[in-house]
Amino acid sequence: MTAAAIAAAVRSGERRAATVTEASLAAIAAGEGEIHAFALVLADGARRRAEEIDAQVAAGQDPGPLAGVPVALKDNLCTRGVPTTCCSRILEGWLPPYDATVVKRLAAAGAVVVGKSNMDEFAMGSSTETSAFGPTRNPRDTSRVPGGSSGGSAAAVAAGFTPVALGSDTGGSIRQPAALCGVVGMKPTYGTVSRYGLVAFASSLDQVGPLATTVADAALLFDVIGGRDERDTTSLDRPAPRLASVVGQGVEGMTIGVLAEYLEGADPAVAGRIAQAAEVLAAAGARVEEVSVPEVRLGLSAYYLIAPAEASSTLARYDGVRYGLRVDAEDTAAMNVATRSAGFGAEVKRRIMLGTYALSAGYVDAYYGQALRVRTRIIDGFAAAYERCDALLGPTAPTTAFALGAKLDDPLSMYLSDVCTIPTNLAGHPAISVPFGTGADGLPVGAQVLAPALAEATMFKVAAVLEAGAPAVGAGS
Amino acid sequence: MTDVGRVVPEDAGGAWEMVVGLEVHTELRTATKLFCGCANLFGDEPNTHVCPVCLGLPGSLPVLNQRAVELAMAIGTALHCEIRPSTFHRKNYFYPDMPKDYQISQYDEPINVSGWLQLPGGRRIGIERAHLEEDTGKTAHAGSSGRIQGAEYSLVDYNRSGVPLVEIVSAPDMRSSTEARAYATELRAILIACGASDGKMEEGSMRVDANVSVRPGPGAPFGTRCEIKNLNSLRSLGRAVDYEAQRQIALLESGDAVVQQTRHWDEGEGRTVALRSKEEAYDYRYFLEPDLVPVVPDPAWITAVGAALGPLPAERRARLVALLAGAVPAVGEGFPDPDVGVDAEGSPGVSDAEREQILTVVDLGLDGLVVAAVAGGVPARLALARTANEAATDAGAAASLDPGAYTTLLGMEVAGTLSATQVKAILSDLLAHGGGDPVELARARGFEAMADAALVTVVREAVDAHPAEWVRYRDGEEKLAQFFVGQVMKATRGQANGKGVVAELERLARE
Repeated sequence: MTAAAIAAAVRSGERRAATVTEASLAAIAAGEGEIHAFALVLADGARRRAEEIDAQVAAGQDPGPLAGVPVALKDNLCTRGVPTTCCSRILEGWLPPYDATVVKRLAAAGAVVVGKSNMDEFAMGSSTETSAFGPTRNPRDTSRVPGGSSGGSAAAVAAGFTPVALGSDTGGSIRQPAALCGVVGMKPTYGTVSRYGLVAFASSLDQVGPLATTVADAALLFDVIGGRDERDTTSLDRPAPRLASVVGQGVEGMTIGVLAEYLEGADPAVAGRIAQAAEVLAAAGARVEEVSVPEVRLGLSAYYLIAPAEASSTLARYDGVRYGLRVDAEDTAAMNVATRSAGFGAEVKRRIMLGTYALSAGYVDAYYGQALRVRTRIIDGFAAAYERCDALLGPTAPTTAFALGAKLDDPLSMYLSDVCTIPTNLAGHPAISVPFGTGADGLPVGAQVLAPALAEATMFKVAAVLEAGAPAVGAGS
Repeated sequence: MTDVGRVVPEDAGGAWEMVVGLEVHTELRTATKLFCGCANLFGDEPNTHVCPVCLGLPGSLPVLNQRAVELAMAIGTALHCEIRPSTFHRKNYFYPDMPKDYQISQYDEPINVSGWLQLPGGRRIGIERAHLEEDTGKTAHAGSSGRIQGAEYSLVDYNRSGVPLVEIVSAPDMRSSTEARAYATELRAILIACGASDGKMEEGSMRVDANVSVRPGPGAPFGTRCEIKNLNSLRSLGRAVDYEAQRQIALLESGDAVVQQTRHWDEGEGRTVALRSKEEAYDYRYFLEPDLVPVVPDPAWITAVGAALGPLPAERRARLVALLAGAVPAVGEGFPDPDVGVDAEGSPGVSDAEREQILTVVDLGLDGLVVAAVAGGVPARLALARTANEAATDAGAAASLDPGAYTTLLGMEVAGTLSATQVKAILSDLLAHGGGDPVELARARGFEAMADAALVTVVREAVDAHPAEWVRYRDGEEKLAQFFVGQVMKATRGQANGKGVVAELERLARE
């Protein structure tokens, strides 16, 4: 059942939020042992919240557009009084004294939070294997990873634990796991969703976004969480989005570019699905043409300088002085070192070292500075493509879900999994991954729709056409 | 160039020339911190003005305080800077009193650049930049030494974390400790006049670091400099700069080199000492703060901030000079242009002592009292002397005196109602009580002017005792009024109000 259908049923009194919540908790109880989508399941809190929603309905009040909808929150979204760990040892025991803005907005819309979902530590990873609490398994094939870093959120939706979830996307962390798990995942335009209360990985790239089973549900969630927040200076001064209604409006007259560079390294079966997706769009009345944005080839290199550089600074605060883990030592500096050595996992340490190096005196211009110049070129490259095209099409990930452990010891190969998602973050644009059939292994393929900044309406329209024309995804292989 | 001025002595003796530049940090007097809504208050219980933002909690984000931007622009305007679009960077280093382990500071695009400050002596000192940044918390080390070495534990107070600062960096334009002190004094007065700072060096709301080097003479390349920290008063600044220059000269004259380092001023020992040597210089890894957007003040806003700026110390000194020369203040009157004031060396009618009084009064922000008193009929020299010599002894209390009460008090001296000694006594009462009614205070001290009824009787007695003089006065010989005032004063041992006596004489003459 979609979030929209649940909310409609709860608002009309047809179904009780408590019933919906119990169904969600039961699904989690049955499947979580195998999937491990959550860092923390909040059964009691969810039941209390559901009772409140039902009381509102009984009193004739409208709980909002997500009335009674169970939601999973990625564990880097602050929840007041509820552990928020980013799946890192270093934040063990920390209870945020406040809710993230998106969490407040979900609550105000009547959503029921059922748990904090598993993720790669501090969102650094593409498989959810760097979580300090153990990996999540892909519900389509439990020998495979769910992707990452929002792998817990994607798996929760794919497993039917919750109809929707929130993730965060710094270099593809919503879209790539959505693709690998066969669900919809959307990364909004930078600045359209508040980052207040999202524990930062790389502030200039991070954006919160929805995961869902349908494009319409993703739009519904985006409408709820989007809009200006005075607490986030980088949030745009624009009215909240109202896109749920435009989803079905079609692509007639649009020009869609198939992004050649994204097909270069793609698995042939994945590339085949994208060609098929292009045909669906053409059949729906869009003009489809091949487009080249050669600058996107530079995205991965630029990203692995910019994101670690920001992270090396942003993660400095985890020093054992004020909260989270502290490993005692003879003086403050030694305590800082001992705490950080014990608290961070290998991938986080690797990126802190990369970023520290990229910003170091004598190297900053050659590495970080150069990466910023590349970022500008990528923005310019997309701008040229969008002079002709309304939206771009490509694969979300070059492959389907890979086996657990396959890439954990080969960081470069792991990083390549985000090669088709990273340029969007560097540009600050929106993009969405829609399930579109399966690969040769029977596992889901994601078709990615890219759009210019603030063109979410166009993006959702294209995504909905792909959704309607997509070959079915099998329940497993 | 104009303005009354302290004479800057040439460096006497020896070929060495001292080169000094100052870095001044001032806390801004905003209601709230730079990036959050916490109160900007000094001296409260530790960790009572904190929130997720100024504690750097995960997920928190900074939001720039627009009032802090305004005050920074006011400082820039007062220092003749170019006000420009600016950005914030992160300055990365680990320290427990810095919650994010980076400081948000303006780096290569500061809000104010390329200005100048004119010393009262006339010389202009270049201002390289004046930029916004956040303050850190405060660490207290428990243990015998009170320092981090050997401390049993340390406590951190984050009330100060995120308090707005402006750092004002001068060019290396000063050539003596006297100039350095004059610069710091003038800058402090400007910051106070802008409403940007309370200028309290002892409380740390204004902090001065000095960069000192020496060179063989004017025009020679700059020597290696040392940065001196822990200068908690103007006196420390002057002493430290002189000590450091002499230390460097001694090194150079004995054939040694000056090592560039940061040194700590030890006030008790009267010397600078090298801070523990760092194994390597810090690499702050500056980069653009991605959580903030550029600050781009529109021209209308900049203009409005400039228009709201009150008169600056140089203008205020020029106005006092004008008052001494006989100008009459009027409500709403513009201030004289400070650049066409009276020359420091040759202000006609302004003595050296009066020049010092003017500097003192303006430095302490008490010139408003002088202007109010003169507007109320008090001669300028008397008003200046009482303000510089008496009111200035408790400048803090004097700054909050009611100018009306102050004028009334000095008016009583002018009228002869109170003697100079009595006025000084009542002024000290006013300062001690933080205000009051001078007439009441005079009465309480028994300095009270004679009540009207008693005065009428005494005047009548004087008239009756001198009938011939009375007839001449009544027939128009006005100067005889002073004769009768003298008689009344004699009879009352100076307790009568001279103006009251004259008024009563006039009333009798009309009868």
